[in-house]
Amino acid sequence: MLDIYLPILVVMGIAFAFAIGSVILSRLIGVKKPSAVKLAPYECGMPLIGTAQERFSVKFYIIAMLFILFDIEAVFLYPWAVMFKRLGIFGFVEMGVFIIILLVGFIYVWKKGALEWE
Amino acid sequence: MVMTPEVLTLSETPWLFSGVMLVKIAVAFVVTLLIVAYATYAERKTIGRMQTRMGPNMTGPKGLLQPIADGVKLFFKEDIIPAQSHWFAFILAPMMILAPAFIAISVIPFGGDLQFTYDGTLYAVPMQITDLNIGVLFIVAMAALGVYGIVLGGLASNSKYALLGGIRSTAQMVSYELAVGLSIVAIFMLSETLSMRGIVAAQQLPLWGLESVSFIPNWYIFCQPLAFVLFVVGSMAEINRTPFDLPEAETELVSGFCTEYSAMKYALFFMAEYANMITVSAVATTLFLGGWGGPFYGWINFLIKVFAFMFFFIWIRATFPRLRYDQLMYLGWKIMLPLALVNIVITGIAILLW
Repeated sequence: MLDIYLPILVVMGIAFAFAIGSVILSRLIGVKKPSAVKLAPYECGMPLIGTAQERFSVKFYIIAMLFILFDIEAVFLYPWAVMFKRLGIFGFVEMGVFIIILLVGFIYVWKKGALEWE
Repeated sequence: MVMTPEVLTLSETPWLFSGVMLVKIAVAFVVTLLIVAYATYAERKTIGRMQTRMGPNMTGPKGLLQPIADGVKLFFKEDIIPAQSHWFAFILAPMMILAPAFIAISVIPFGGDLQFTYDGTLYAVPMQITDLNIGVLFIVAMAALGVYGIVLGGLASNSKYALLGGIRSTAQMVSYELAVGLSIVAIFMLSETLSMRGIVAAQQLPLWGLESVSFIPNWYIFCQPLAFVLFVVGSMAEINRTPFDLPEAETELVSGFCTEYSAMKYALFFMAEYANMITVSAVATTLFLGGWGGPFYGWINFLIKVFAFMFFFIWIRATFPRLRYDQLMYLGWKIMLPLALVNIVITGIAILLW
């Protein structure tokens, strides 16, 4: 077990060390001349209007929920796909029912217009 | 005398195991960094030529030192953290996007076994940092983690462009992640394993098990052309390459989620994009083009295929205009997702009838 996962831990450590190290190094050797205008958020040179912490379209929220739904489906499909040849016709029917149930929901969402962006 | 090669284990040969592991990681890391650096050069040069320009040609012979000059320049730039930003999340975001991009490389098999003798014993070392039995799942997971970096970058900047870019990008990436994730399910039905190495091994047999066409390898691109197209298109969208580079649409969002970033933090976003491009090319090579199999020596085949994919991505960027956002969502949800599901069902029926 450790034989397989130890290298991933080491790579993880090196990747984060590389990222943190380069950010710190660039902070140390970079120029530092901050001014109030420079530290303001970019808005095409105009004076700031309001804050960026505003409400955004509810569509993104629907997409996020749909994603969770279908990603769980995908995760269920992975082990099923690996075992598919051994499960045979039983596995096919079983997963077919599962996919059809989700598909009904997908068609409902589609017909309701949740995937329209006009 | 023929010896069967031993496999290195942590319990029996801890020092040798650790040494080999560190060498493999060092080589993979340095090669990845080099490819990342010179992918930027290749991209600028290729697109320059395609648009009848020269591309970079001043820094060093033929402009070959351009990536290094760019890197050094970004190191010395001022590191700006906007006054209204959430500084911790702002700094964390580029790291959260770069680290998964590099970690995903650790399960990609570059070549066959390397054999060496140490202390009178023959050892076989796979040219892969680690052979995870859930390798593909691990890569999908790392690709999903990269989304956090973009969300954090967009929210923490406290800038309207960054916010819009971040949210758009998130919606795009999760939508196409589904299509990509579902398109490769058909591969696992054929290979019966999630290990990257196992999938490559399954592709070395003759095509469809027929001896009469044994000169064609059993690469999954031949049995799963639809899955291949879905995977490549979906991956392009997931790594935000043109024609799906909506998050960075310069004409409307300045630079998307990385508008407020400067110096090395910006460079990390940039590197992550190219590292993701390498990962996607390598995964496509492994899943659909038989990994390191081919006419030359192991890892050379692998690199040729990866570079071919990267050239293809650059070529696409020079050819196609950017999609509109509603077209993008239409393609992802209403075309690619149903097609991926249909492909799974067709593959299932075909396997049952075969």
